[in-house]
Amino acid sequence: MSENNGSNRFPSPFNVPTPEGCEGWQDLYPYYYVFSDDRREFEDNRFWFQDAMHHPEPLYPFDTITCESWWVALGEMNTRVFIVPPALGIDHRVLNGYLYISALPVANPDDIPGRVAHFMERAGYYYRHWDELYAQWQAKAEEAINELKSVRVPDLPEMEPIETVTEGRGLTSAYDMIVAYNRAIENMHKMWHLHFEFLNLGYAAYLTFYGFCKQAFPGISDQTIAKLVSGIDVILFRPDEELKRLAQKAVDLGVADVFKQTVNPTQVVETMSASEAGGQWLQELEKSKDPWFYFSTGTGFYHLPRSWVDDMTVPTVAIRGYVEKIQEGKSIARPMEAVQQERDRLAREYEALLQTDEDKNAFREQLGLARTVFPYVENHNFYVEHWHHTVFWNKMREFGQVLVKHGFFNEVDDMFYLHRYEVQSALYDLIGAWGSGGEARGPKYWPSRIAKRKEIFANLKKWSPPPGLGEPPEVVTEPFTIMLWGITTESIQNWLKPAGNGEGAKLLTGFAGSPGTAQGPARVITSVEELALVEPGEILVCPITTPSWAPVFTRIQAVVTDIGGMMSHAAIVCREYGVPAVVGTGFGTKSFKTGQMLRVDGNAGTVQVVE
Amino acid sequence: MNTSPYILWFTECDRSKQNSVGGKCANLGEMLQANVRVPPGFAVTTHAYRQFLNGRGIGDEIARMLDALDVDDIECAEETSRDIRQLMSATPIPPAIEDAICYAYEELCAECHVDDLPVAVRSSATAEDLPGASFAGQQETTLWVRSAPHVLIRTAICWSSLFTARAIAYRKEMGFPHDKVHMSVGVQKMANSRAAGVMFTLNPINGDRSKIAIDSSWGLGESVVSGVVTPDNYLVDKVTEGILQRTLSPKLIEYIPNHAEGKVEIADVPQERQTSSSLNDDEIINLTILAKCIEGYYHVPMDIEWGIDRDLEFPENVMLLQCRPETVWSSKPPTRVIQQSGTALDFVIANMLKGVRVK
Repeated sequence: MSENNGSNRFPSPFNVPTPEGCEGWQDLYPYYYVFSDDRREFEDNRFWFQDAMHHPEPLYPFDTITCESWWVALGEMNTRVFIVPPALGIDHRVLNGYLYISALPVANPDDIPGRVAHFMERAGYYYRHWDELYAQWQAKAEEAINELKSVRVPDLPEMEPIETVTEGRGLTSAYDMIVAYNRAIENMHKMWHLHFEFLNLGYAAYLTFYGFCKQAFPGISDQTIAKLVSGIDVILFRPDEELKRLAQKAVDLGVADVFKQTVNPTQVVETMSASEAGGQWLQELEKSKDPWFYFSTGTGFYHLPRSWVDDMTVPTVAIRGYVEKIQEGKSIARPMEAVQQERDRLAREYEALLQTDEDKNAFREQLGLARTVFPYVENHNFYVEHWHHTVFWNKMREFGQVLVKHGFFNEVDDMFYLHRYEVQSALYDLIGAWGSGGEARGPKYWPSRIAKRKEIFANLKKWSPPPGLGEPPEVVTEPFTIMLWGITTESIQNWLKPAGNGEGAKLLTGFAGSPGTAQGPARVITSVEELALVEPGEILVCPITTPSWAPVFTRIQAVVTDIGGMMSHAAIVCREYGVPAVVGTGFGTKSFKTGQMLRVDGNAGTVQVVE
Repeated sequence: MNTSPYILWFTECDRSKQNSVGGKCANLGEMLQANVRVPPGFAVTTHAYRQFLNGRGIGDEIARMLDALDVDDIECAEETSRDIRQLMSATPIPPAIEDAICYAYEELCAECHVDDLPVAVRSSATAEDLPGASFAGQQETTLWVRSAPHVLIRTAICWSSLFTARAIAYRKEMGFPHDKVHMSVGVQKMANSRAAGVMFTLNPINGDRSKIAIDSSWGLGESVVSGVVTPDNYLVDKVTEGILQRTLSPKLIEYIPNHAEGKVEIADVPQERQTSSSLNDDEIINLTILAKCIEGYYHVPMDIEWGIDRDLEFPENVMLLQCRPETVWSSKPPTRVIQQSGTALDFVIANMLKGVRVK
């Protein structure tokens, strides 16, 4: 935890010691991505906070590609494209393997009026043409995914096929290897540019409405504001809808009992294959998979945890839950009409509470814009982090496979202990040797280095990063910082409080993620594989809930997470399921033990051990 | 269901029955129709009153006495009033009416699971709500009435309160015929609150109309109204009915009714209840719905006294005891969020420039 002595400062990044056994960790990351004496003055005068929401764990060297992508893409949209008046982008540094970020303000306030004019022109254009641009975006995103899928990772044959000669191709598998890798990497950068094409403006519009509501209706809950704006037909819920469909199919085909025998995905498939009806069900399963099972059980930012399509544990457990509900005669359909009516009622009644025509008009204007932008805010995640990244990580594994075959790696996932530039070098090493007929250095060079890196990485994982570095600013204007990370007076003050790691705590406080209260035995899980253990009526305590975990919510009473904020990607889904949730408790998985009786108050944001 | 022409339960009353049950009871009926729960009870109808006068033939005699009266002569008015009220109290209530009242009272006791249920007996005249005609002196109210014979005695006293000297003089002055005003009597369960307090249909701290603010303590509401305890406070979102804030305080004393002696006593709150919440979530939400119904009925922010009755079951026990329009915020100019109108983009820019203070 932070070396706090009651001051308003977090430790300087230059005073944080390297954890034992992590010496040389800097070699895992690019030179520009770590703190250094070269930029000490700049770096020491900033406030950095650990991005525990997206990157709660140390970064795998290869996986920094997601962070590095959003470093550029988020920043440029603020700084170079839309000219957000008071804010530049968000800077990045890695310290002891953990990602720290810092919002950069416009240094000279005199520049702001000029920026306002540009913003009005540029952002104004996007807001006015939002729907058509968004339709165009969906087409662009799908095209990018298809481009990535079409990247073929070549093998390096003993001899090039005869067509190389008969077609006068002139180019070879070595060239194809370079192209394939570069295309895949370019494609990742492209997808992240698209990710932020709308997101900054979307958040800005939402935050504006949010601020108005907080002022007009002091104390109104974050959930209520989200409800006013949320879309009804949200793509993020579609994977879950597919699971419901499959559960219903299983019941209709008379093969639902398979899920009573096992939720081991392999066994489910084996048992199903044994019968004709089961075979039909498997066909239905295949129909749902692309793209709806391209759904990460994590944030999607990392190559782990895997997606549904790679590991069917989560969907299988979820289908069992739905089968149980159907057999109990309960409805599993989303009450779309009721959700729509409730949204309209809320908007009508809040507007009626405003006392001047100007306020009513402002409410309508801002709600209208927030609703226009929100489908993007809600849906982009499926396209980018889930669908695209599932394809991406698996494409990278294909390169890993090639390097395993040629003795560079012991196993495919060793790939992710190399930075993408290093992979490019390794591939060049490989094609150099292939082309020349000589010997690659890689098989002698990489295995020992990877082993060392794995050691360092394991030690970095044990380290607890301080939540902040340097001195907090007085005002944050960068929309993401506020909306996504919930950086407020309270959160910073909480971080500054000297606290332990929460072990053995009886009461934890977090964000009120989803309303309602519940009491039940805890089920503490730290990995996706353990989701299958969850029993009906338990309270799920986990590091982070991601949308793909949500279907399991049908079995549980409440959710407690270590990490999460007001608009964390999962929060939207938590509320949708009507399961009480307290998110961002910091230490839930460390404080509570499986079987302990907990009381969760999703209204107050507290979790208490019931003695 | 009641079939007696002499009794109407509050649940059967509404504005159209004003001639039968008087203004006060009609109003209680209206509240119930608007889903505003009030302590249960019934009206002895004006039909019973007229039967009493006509059946025993004293109506004509009273009319003669009033005709002979010179209102400017105060002493004479007092004398006539005394004579009329003596005549009325000397006249027995017809048995059919007595039976109907006793039967209704017993039924009320049964509904509340209390023998000799303490009730309030109040006059409810047909003309009392007319503009400019408050008919002072008719507001006869007796609290802590227990047992059927006492209810009968108090009913008769309410009837005769139509003929206090002041009421007589008032009607004369207003030119209102005496025989056009009739008296109904309301018999209503006395509050026996397990928890009670005050709530506003706005946040009294900042005037925010999207909230219901509830103050609550153990026992009868007097402890909250008089300020002798620091009550628990709950803040609820009026639109979503979600509980936003709970602030619990130690509640050291409570007011509890002493039925036998017909009075309210102060008692120490046992330690285990002092710091626990005086309301559970279901009660808070039910009070919120009650508050919304009351505000919906009056169309202005309201200041409401409420109680959770011991003798009834949830949710029938959550009830309005008294209410009045809120005056502090309602008399101020309307609060406004924005000073200038604009487009959504203007607001986005303004919001960005403001930022969020973090320390």
